Amino acid sequence: MNSGQKEFDVLVVGGGPAGMAAAVSAAESGASVGIVDDNPQLGGQIWRGEVQNCESEASRWFERLCASNANQLCGMRVIDQPGLGVLRAEGCKGFCDLSYRKLVLANGARERFLPFPGWTIPNVMGAGALQALVKSGLPVQGKRVVVAGTGPLLLAVAAYLRKRGAEIVLICEQASRSSLAKFGLSILSQRQKIGQALSLRKDLSGIRFFTNCWPVAAGGDGILQAVIISHGNEVEKVACDYLACGFHLVPNTELAALVGCAVKDGYVVVDDFQQTSIPSVFCAGEPTGIGGVELSLIEGQIAGLAASGKNKASQKLFSMRTRLQKFATRLDRGFALRPELKKLALPETIICRCEDVTYGSLKKYTSWRAAKLQTRCGMGPCQGRVCGPATEFFLNWKPDSVRPPVFPTILENLAAMPCQPEQSHSGAMRGPQ
Amino acid sequence: MPEQIAVTVNGRHVAVSSGTTVAAAVILAGAHCRTSISGEPRGPLCGMGICFECRVEIDGQRHQRSCQIVCSEGMQVSTSE
Repeated sequence: MNSGQKEFDVLVVGGGPAGMAAAVSAAESGASVGIVDDNPQLGGQIWRGEVQNCESEASRWFERLCASNANQLCGMRVIDQPGLGVLRAEGCKGFCDLSYRKLVLANGARERFLPFPGWTIPNVMGAGALQALVKSGLPVQGKRVVVAGTGPLLLAVAAYLRKRGAEIVLICEQASRSSLAKFGLSILSQRQKIGQALSLRKDLSGIRFFTNCWPVAAGGDGILQAVIISHGNEVEKVACDYLACGFHLVPNTELAALVGCAVKDGYVVVDDFQQTSIPSVFCAGEPTGIGGVELSLIEGQIAGLAASGKNKASQKLFSMRTRLQKFATRLDRGFALRPELKKLALPETIICRCEDVTYGSLKKYTSWRAAKLQTRCGMGPCQGRVCGPATEFFLNWKPDSVRPPVFPTILENLAAMPCQPEQSHSGAMRGPQ
Repeated sequence: MPEQIAVTVNGRHVAVSSGTTVAAAVILAGAHCRTSISGEPRGPLCGMGICFECRVEIDGQRHQRSCQIVCSEGMQVSTSE
């Protein structure tokens, strides 16, 4: 295994819109910048496979990033903080210790999964997950897909899959028609969002779309064959090849917590400059609040500018951020999870997929910690990233403190001493800040 | 046409276009990824490297997240079938 070290004025973790905007803004301000991402390519989830697609917004940011001095480190995931101001990232060829003066965390969000009978059958997956797989080479031509869960992501995913030849059998949105209507009316104040909504409506014309509807079971012999949905007072069995099912998003706050940043109500706490409770650490995008790509880009720019000492320039973006944050608040209200979903899991339903822990064996415990100790729930390789949000919703359990490593790793990479960094600061960032 | 890449999944030849992830190749081969501790077949759940349900063995290295790794020519993938 190789090991190495790099040192940056500004290190950005996460290569989605927020991270790319932060890296571009910091690099264009003269800072030496590193941007590290677990995925093989930059773009994050929303821009997956789009950075090389000319004419897209993703490619414009990518071009600016490539034109800057930013060092792109893809296929590397941050696993630990071996010392103050150093993060250890692991790739297939070994690990690298990344030292920084300022850190920007832009490591996004994941889908919320709510366990129901049959959710562990292959081809039942996240809505964003199926889209990601199709973008990474899985053909869906002629495949029957049910898209379910909640949030605007469902519509975007359905439209994308339809364009790739899938037959969208049904879209199930758990929210009520009235809460969707309120959401629909409230976004009329944003011209960009209306455009997106109208174009989606066209892309989705003729597809069955139910509100007040959610999956209650999935079935199949080794592979998904059908899903049973609840709609009003009725249940219906729908044959399909894929169930793309996600219940909105959960921010990734584990790394921020590991570094010591304050996290409140599931979000990383930041000030106007996207600065966390640790002065050298900034955070942008979904970890600070689920708000979508436009807000992520603005927050990323503010964080990148502030991290490279350009506070004045970053202040010019504050009003735009305030406007976009209102959209985030509406999203949360419009797609709040309905209480009926708390009854989705049956006693025999697996909640923790890593350790195969059932709902029945969890219910007798009163906290996440007790359940972990007694049942191994959340102790597998995903470290509770999937079952944690589910138990939070079903049982009101709060997540525990985060311990290193934040992703499973090999012992050799965890135990190695921190590497001594090379000096590679740019002139612009030398001297007192 | 994108360049074709040849990989094997459990000894079976699969041709995929360049840029395809191992997870997509495994589904194309009609295989599942891992077997859970109670014996259930599992496939990708999150598609973004978080859930670890898509773990497979790639060129002799176990526990690789197939959704985060792009296929390369001659790659040998084995799943727990």
